[in-house]
Amino acid sequence: MNQVDRLRGSAPVKRHNARTVAALTGNPGCTRRAVLDAAGVDKVRLAERIGFPGAFGQSRFALARGNAFEAMLKADDCALLRSTLGAYVGGYEDLGADEDDTLSARHSRTRALLASSTEGLLDHPLLTLDVAGQTVFLEPDLIAYQNGSQLQVVEIKSFAIIDGQADGTAVSAAAVQAAVYVLALRRLLGDDKVSHEVVLVCPENFSMQPVAVVLDVRKQLSTLRRQLSRLASVSALISSLPESLSFDLAQPVPALVSSLDALTARYAPECLSTCEMSVFCRDESGGRTEVLGRPVREALGGIETVDEVLALASGAREPEPAQVEAAALLRAAQRLRDEAL
Amino acid sequence: MALARAQALAAGRAQPITTVRHLHIHDRPLVLIPLAMAGEATAPLAALLGDDVARPRLLVVSQPRNRDERFAFFAGLADAVVPYLDSFAGATEAVPVDRGRDVRHRFVDAPQVWVPNPGGADFLRLLGRSTRFRRTDGDHPVPASVPRLGQWLTFLASSAEVPGSSLLVNAVQALGLHWATGQSAAEDAHFGSLFAWITDGARAAREAENGPVAGPATDPAFDNEILAPLIAESSPALPGVLRELLMPTWERMWKSIALLRELPEGARVGSRWDSDRDAYSAFVEHLIEEGTPQPRRDGAVAAAARLQRLENAAARYAVQRAFDDPLVMAEHRLSGAAFGGVVTLAKADRIDDSGKRPVLRPRIMVATTETVRVEPGAALTSPARPSQKAKVISVTPGPTGTDVVLELSGGMGRKLVAEPGSVPEVGEPILLTTLSEAYRPGAAFPDPAETPWTHGGPPAHHEDVPIA
Repeated sequence: MNQVDRLRGSAPVKRHNARTVAALTGNPGCTRRAVLDAAGVDKVRLAERIGFPGAFGQSRFALARGNAFEAMLKADDCALLRSTLGAYVGGYEDLGADEDDTLSARHSRTRALLASSTEGLLDHPLLTLDVAGQTVFLEPDLIAYQNGSQLQVVEIKSFAIIDGQADGTAVSAAAVQAAVYVLALRRLLGDDKVSHEVVLVCPENFSMQPVAVVLDVRKQLSTLRRQLSRLASVSALISSLPESLSFDLAQPVPALVSSLDALTARYAPECLSTCEMSVFCRDESGGRTEVLGRPVREALGGIETVDEVLALASGAREPEPAQVEAAALLRAAQRLRDEAL
Repeated sequence: MALARAQALAAGRAQPITTVRHLHIHDRPLVLIPLAMAGEATAPLAALLGDDVARPRLLVVSQPRNRDERFAFFAGLADAVVPYLDSFAGATEAVPVDRGRDVRHRFVDAPQVWVPNPGGADFLRLLGRSTRFRRTDGDHPVPASVPRLGQWLTFLASSAEVPGSSLLVNAVQALGLHWATGQSAAEDAHFGSLFAWITDGARAAREAENGPVAGPATDPAFDNEILAPLIAESSPALPGVLRELLMPTWERMWKSIALLRELPEGARVGSRWDSDRDAYSAFVEHLIEEGTPQPRRDGAVAAAARLQRLENAAARYAVQRAFDDPLVMAEHRLSGAAFGGVVTLAKADRIDDSGKRPVLRPRIMVATTETVRVEPGAALTSPARPSQKAKVISVTPGPTGTDVVLELSGGMGRKLVAEPGSVPEVGEPILLTTLSEAYRPGAAFPDPAETPWTHGGPPAHHEDVPIA
């Protein structure tokens, strides 16, 4: 049993997907998330077990609509998808879902099919990506579309594009996810074989009629590359952890919490929408300026705790040399507030 | 502002960040809480609305995928909302224009609609988009009130983009403008939590996070566990469940309005409400005269003109808030865009006779201990004398502070002797800022028919065909 399996305990591995890779690179300094993800710990259940559940469910109405939209596109040998993509697009092969123990077989099939560069659509390919010194399998719900010499990623999303505009958050999330796939495909086939333009297929206006738009993900790609390179090698990190450390959910809660304490987190309010552990981390960070958000923390001169901020602002505490400027600003702010109120 | 958040966190209670109220509060607002069906762009699920806290009206779509029910919902919403919006198109007042040579008329009041959060305002915009092009004839005819509702919602949603407008107000923004909580802006977006920080404190706010949502999106767990079975069974219990879900938000909305009403109104809030009444009057006139629905996208010229109006409104709003409120001005003082000091020298009768005609140009010296980030030649204003300009002549840093010499012009009467009180006296505390309320003239835009080719050329005229 290696260290990674010991960390996870008896539970089955939680696999990475584009969303988790995107979230990981969104906060590359967070050791806690990097280690838990690397060990494949089920963070939803872990957070529930220690009494800090988050709300990460998906509405079945949204799922149903998403599935209906995708099924409609893929019906009759992808007739509608083909007409939306607007070109003759060869064959369609669905690599389908399968069990964990046949992952590598499916990955080899994916590689063989992609390398043959026959024109056509390839559904559910299995890709790999090196994240923090570990090879993770990505099981994208995507279609790779071989057209001439370049492969293009096709993402089907069920949010609507109305009068040429869509919800900004949804589009940027889709772009980052697509960039993860582009990166994985490029690592497999070479940079020039995969286009940096991805096709987003969404319902148009208030109907179920699909519309295809092209997104340039070069910016997301370079961010992703930079963040992935910044992720400290998690393997080295894991081997430096004490052997007794474990996130086996069968353990009592205090043991789980003390294991979590051994991993430093870097909480920011943005975590609340992306990380399952965020409610726990927020509670743990109570009284620290980071819970107020990055802009506020910066406006407070980067000072760590709220008590320290207030003591500096009232003059009750002498600033350290590095804090002199921040303290002067805080005292001025305090004086102006006192004057006005 | 950042300090106020830190104080709020330490105190466990939201802290005020203004000394006055910066938005107009209507005597008879309409509160509207829309709920959307997950997964679709604009499938309404329910709305709780009304202009009386004691009489909320609930509209429900019990089968959200049913198109007829959806349009029955829109007709019901139109019946509830349009008469309210129309009800202010009564008495008018004359406003002089063209330097008093002419008058125009505007309505003495205008509507004010409250939604819980920015998402609610966006949802109204989408509802407006999906209904304003509906036909009252043809294959799927709708009552005439439906496209009219669409035009109104579009008007309200686009006025909400104008900084400082109070026609469509969202409670999260209105409260956040006046109080700082001890949590992040992202968490403030939860209306129940923000409200609890102000009224009950941090602990209640954490509890409110798990309470009912304020829409338009529903909670996935609610969708899966409660809503889905009710819809599947076409249960008659659905309206009751939705009412129960929405009632806490309804109560909080009215309490928020009452809370804000208690604050004294800023001096310049009235003039911004005047602009809102102008916009309302112009829109009512448009509905009577042409009545064409707003286009899906603005043309190039209209978009450029609108952008400029929004930029001007944003600048005006920022300056007016600072001039109305010393606590807002404090932010500018911290950033160096304003400084407070004391007048140490004043020569009120100084005449500049270097030009063709002698003019009154008093000079004053102001000593300040605050950071001064202005250069000689800069034009400053003091909120106490907004019509007077102060040109910076010199800035001299000393060991204990900075001396700034200023030359004054304007706001002193027409004679060569300043009106009493119009020139600051020695010993008077004074605040000077680079912010200015001066009128910004609008840029000249070409006629839409003259749109240059760089911007797509003149727009082609085509009939707007409704899209399902």
